[in-house]
This record gives sequence, C-alpha cells and structure tokens, in this order.
Amino acid sequence: MRLFAGLALLVLLLFLAALVIGPAAIGPGDSLRALVLDDGGPVTLVMREIRLPRALLAVMIGAGLGLAGAAMQGYLRNPLADPGLIGVSGSAALGAVIALQTGLAAAALLALPLSALAGAMIGVTLILALAGPRGGSLTLILAGIAISALAGALTSLVLNLSPNPFAANEIVFWMMGSLADRSMTHVWLALPLILAGGLALALQGRALDALTLGEDAAEAMGVNLTRLRLMLVFGTAAVVGASTAVAGAIGFIGLVVPHLLRGFVGARPGRLLWASALGGAAMLLAADIAVRLVLPDRDLKLGVLTALVGAPLFLHLIYRTRRGA
Amino acid sequence: MTLLSVRGLSVTRRGRPVLQDISLTVAAGEVVGLIGANGAGKTTLLRAMLGLLSHRGQSSLAEMPARDRGRHAAWMPQAREIAWPVTVETLVALGRIPHLTAGQRLSETDRAAVDRAIARMGLDPFRQRNATNLSGGEQARVLIARVLAQETPLLLADEPVAGLDPAHQISTMHSFTALAAEGRGVVVSLHDLGLALRHCTRLVMLEGGRISADGPPLSVLTPARLRTGFGISAWIGETAQGPVLQPLDVLH
Repeated sequence: MRLFAGLALLVLLLFLAALVIGPAAIGPGDSLRALVLDDGGPVTLVMREIRLPRALLAVMIGAGLGLAGAAMQGYLRNPLADPGLIGVSGSAALGAVIALQTGLAAAALLALPLSALAGAMIGVTLILALAGPRGGSLTLILAGIAISALAGALTSLVLNLSPNPFAANEIVFWMMGSLADRSMTHVWLALPLILAGGLALALQGRALDALTLGEDAAEAMGVNLTRLRLMLVFGTAAVVGASTAVAGAIGFIGLVVPHLLRGFVGARPGRLLWASALGGAAMLLAADIAVRLVLPDRDLKLGVLTALVGAPLFLHLIYRTRRGA
Repeated sequence: MTLLSVRGLSVTRRGRPVLQDISLTVAAGEVVGLIGANGAGKTTLLRAMLGLLSHRGQSSLAEMPARDRGRHAAWMPQAREIAWPVTVETLVALGRIPHLTAGQRLSETDRAAVDRAIARMGLDPFRQRNATNLSGGEQARVLIARVLAQETPLLLADEPVAGLDPAHQISTMHSFTALAAEGRGVVVSLHDLGLALRHCTRLVMLEGGRISADGPPLSVLTPARLRTGFGISAWIGETAQGPVLQPLDVLH
C-alpha cells in the first residue's frame, strides 16, 4: 500500500510540475490560479490549451503503456515482453505515415490520429486472424513479429517513394514521438480508448497471477485462457493504438517500468499492473518535463529521450538479472 | 461417494488414437495410482478428464463450469512452472484463486488453508524464500503445497514425486493417504511401482491408450502385466513391512 501511495504522490507532484514548467515565463502560483480561474487573458489560454492537455496526455499514455507492458509480460511470462510486440504500434504508425504522406494530415486536424487508429485496428484484426482465437502465446508473438515487420516495411516504402522531402521530414519527426502542441481534442480522442483498454487489462490481475503456474494449472483453476488472450490483445491494442495515434511512437515505457517495479510488488503480476500504471505515468511526465528543460529551444522529441534513458536503464537491469541468476 | 466418473473417454490427436474407451470412477477415500510406460497415455488421460483436452465420451469433471471445477478438483501438471520470483507463501496462496470472487482478498479461511498446506509439506522454513531460488525438489514440494492449499475434494497430480529425495517421496505419498483418510480422493500418476504398490489403495494400468487392469495393487502388478505393460521382470513379495516390488531386468 505504501508503494501505491508513494507512486500516486509522485505522479501528482510531477503533474503539477508539468503544468508550471514551460517556455512561457509564468510563476507557478499564477499559472495554477489561471488554470482554475479563467482570467480571460493569455495565461489561462496557455494553461488550458497547451499545458493541461500535454500533462493529461502524459499521464494517460504513460499509465496505459506501463499497464500494457506489465500485462504483456505477465501473459507471456517473460520480462522482456513489450506492448509493441503485438505489432499495433507499428501498424498505427503506418496509418499515421500514410495520412502525413497523402496530405490528409494537413487538411484536417484529426485526420492523422484517426488514420493511425484505423491502422491499429487493421493490425489487431490481422493479429487475431493470424494467431486464431485459441492458439498459444507463441503464435501471438510470431503473428505480432510478422505484422510489425510488414508495417515497418510499408512505412519504409512510403518514405522511400516519397516525392516530397518535406513530407518525409515530417514523417521522420512524427515517428520520434512527442506531446508538444497537442490540444484537448487529442485528449478526448484518446481518453475513451485508453480508459476502456486500461480497464480490460487491469481486470486480468488474478488470471495473470494464476498464469505464474503455467497455462495448464491456470486453466484448471478456472482461468479462461481464450478470454484472457482476447482481453489482452484488445486492451493492449486500444491503449497502444490510441497512444501512438496522438503522440507517435514512445518506446521503452512499457518495457522498463514493469521491470523496475517488479521487485517492489514481490513479483506478483496482478499487483504489478497497478504499480506499472502509476510508474508509467510518472516516468512519461518526468520525460516530458525533461525535454522542456534539457534543450528548451531545440524541440527534443519525447520518444528519443525515453529511448536514450530507457536503453541504458534496461541494460543495467539485464546486467543485474544476469548477476542474480 | 463418487468424486469422479469417466465413461467411454477417447482422445485422438493428429489422427492417431491416444486414448480409447476409458471408463473409471474415483470415490472418496481412494488413492488411485495411474501407472503405465512412457507414452501409455497417463498425462493425456488426466488432462482429458479435467476437460483441458478435446475428447469424446463423458467426464464428470470436464462437464463442470470452470469455476466449480476449480473448487472440486486441484490439478498439478507435470511441468513445474514458476514464472516469477514470488515467495513460497505467495505461490502456495495461488491455490486459493478458485475460492475467491473477483477482487476479493484472502480471508482467514484462505490463510489457514495456506498455513496447513505449508505445514503439511514441511515448508515452514522456506515461507519467505523466493520460490525460483529453491532446488528442483523443493520447488516440487512448493507446487504440491499449492495443490493442497486448494483443499478440493479431488486431487489429480501428474508425477508429483519425480525428482524428490526418498524421504520426501514417501512423505508426499503419506500426505495423499492422509487426504484420502479425511474423505478426499487422489489420482496420481507414478513411475515408481514400489511406491505405487505400497501407498495406493488402487491401481489403474494403461497400455497403449487403454486400461489394461484396474484393481487392488497386488492384483494389478502381476509378473505377466509387468512384462507386457513395462517390459520388465520384478521381484514382488509380501514382507513383514508390507508389500515390496523391486524391478529387476529388462525383458526382450
């Protein structure tokens, strides 16, 4: 319980910090007051239209990715599993890239995220068709790898054949992932999907606990493996698809956060779900604050930072695991 | 009281019949030993009876809703999986999952069941140890304790004593006998015919996917069946310390 209180407090503090830190020089007190009380001036505009959606998206996406990572690792019983494994982030990115390349993204505000969501849906449909409703976890991984590879190849093809260097440039930058310049519209688009997907994943705690003993023992204890798998795929697809649609590809949160927190929850997969949701929110908020502080005038991309921080952290964790074994 | 009844159970995998026309019942108070050579169909029979495999014919367990089945029968698979470094106590407590409703925490009753199971397998000194850091035999005992913690009327275990030292092999069989004395039923697949003879109340022998014998241990383990079913000769005798079976040689 202390862990949860601590993580929740950390998320709250980072959320407030994310609201008061930005290029516009406004005092913390003034900015929070302007957020709550409409002063009709530019400060309220900055707070409500720029910083609030950005902080909200960081919490939602971070929590969703942490949760999806913990659920995926629990289901596959592998600490190296990642929510991107089922290929949804790749196919969502492909949808977005097509919207950018065709110019649809410039024509309408929501064309890009909606196109990415369509990509994610096609991806998840293909995964379920390939892996079947009843197959084991191995077929799910293989189908995910196949879809990821295909989506990646098609994304490269779009870049390769792009006649317009500006579009190519835009695609590359978009794929790095960012929360800058997002509006409340993005929040409302992603929120229902992340909530629904998050709920579908969060309710699988006990089934994932039972899976500690293997699929056979879990099934004999009353766990419906087919349902668990469907919930896992749909939940992860909703969370990752919506996240990628509004923020681009943000890696390593789903991989590193559950790994970091596993020791604090006694390695229990069920408790790790909630802890990773809070931990993911905290990590993404911290990362989004960091991109504003480290290189404020160079537009450092969020996905670049999470990978820069996440990869060495991950290497350290692997080193520690190896030493422990 | 009948705890399990199976009638006309058959399993076909990849077009090959693995089990054919199996019928058997298990009553309270029985320790039924399932014996047979490698590939005779012991594991397939246990899994099909539980409804974990598609099959033809009837099994009272497979027809139960998944939740009720988890409260009626506990299953210990042959593969000893412990996926995460949880404590022994946490792992044993997983056996209580079928008794919990969604979101419910462990009650006093559940904790008492976990304590009894841990005490029965002599795991008190390991309670807070990481289950993944234990030796193979110790892990097997932890997994047996998990099955015991489920406190079901019926217990099915696939080679639970494989890899245990002699003392723990015997004490595990003793705990099965004790469960049966409490009015529960146990079905256990075994390769050690000596243990099967001494500790089971009844033996079911499988040969090529069919039941070749079903009855009291000494009437099942005859030299002729050991020859056809296992291809071995053995010394079987009634001694002052009870019946003894010692496999002697492979017959060609």
